[in-house]
Amino acid sequence: MMIPTKEAMQQCWDGRFPLRLFQILQSSSVSIAGLGGLGSHIAVMLARSGIGKLHLVDFDCVDMSNLNRQAYDIGHIGQQKTEALSQILFKINPYIEIVTDTLRVTAENAPKLFSASSIVCEAFDQPEQKAMLVNTLLEKCPHTTIVSGNGMAGYGSANTIQTKKFHERLYICGDQKTDIQWGIGLMAPRVCVCAGHQANQVISILLEGANEEIDK
Amino acid sequence: MYVNGKEELLLQKISLLEYLEQNGYQPLYVAVEKNGSIVPRAEYTSTFLEQTDTLEIVQFVGGG
Repeated sequence: MMIPTKEAMQQCWDGRFPLRLFQILQSSSVSIAGLGGLGSHIAVMLARSGIGKLHLVDFDCVDMSNLNRQAYDIGHIGQQKTEALSQILFKINPYIEIVTDTLRVTAENAPKLFSASSIVCEAFDQPEQKAMLVNTLLEKCPHTTIVSGNGMAGYGSANTIQTKKFHERLYICGDQKTDIQWGIGLMAPRVCVCAGHQANQVISILLEGANEEIDK
Repeated sequence: MYVNGKEELLLQKISLLEYLEQNGYQPLYVAVEKNGSIVPRAEYTSTFLEQTDTLEIVQFVGGG
């Protein structure tokens, strides 16, 4: 495999964005909590978009049952998700900076893990874990904005998945309703739609105000 | 009182925790904003609601 030089890749990106926007993305850092259907695809999209640094957090290993909706393939089965996803991301951008934490996030360790992050994507799958992380970050990490995924099960209309600003520091992406508890399963299309909303909201936050600067 | 944009009549003085439980929310699955500020989880029992309050409640569901 021939790895392109950093300069060549940078030139390619420069051609697609106004330089100022690309520089903002490249100097940005985003944390992703949970590397399943949402988190793995969010990471891939942010890496493709030129985000310079990703902080990946998950305790789990890739399992065969993940392949229906997560970014992994059979070669990753049994590997830590942090490790498997890093491999995938380095193949997309060999110059991305990746920091991993292979552990289970708790209300006790979350402030330390994420207090330095200006943006955290909440991408867990259990409602109790989602609420724990969102509340902990809102209460204890005053400089962190959260982009959370909530409701993307089944195969109903993808148009019900939306992004809503819930609070100054919390965006919720999803239909806020469909639950794996309903027995309708999780399928790649709606999970990816939701992950796309989250990744898009992250980029939108990072580039907020940048267009006005360019116009000046 | 407004809850998620809808007007509701508060019939008696109740705590946020009681409101959540009486209205089908699972307190461990929610985040609550009251009058623009997030209510810390430890304060759900000591936070009492008033007719003039505006609440935003998000309840998390499974899947990710």
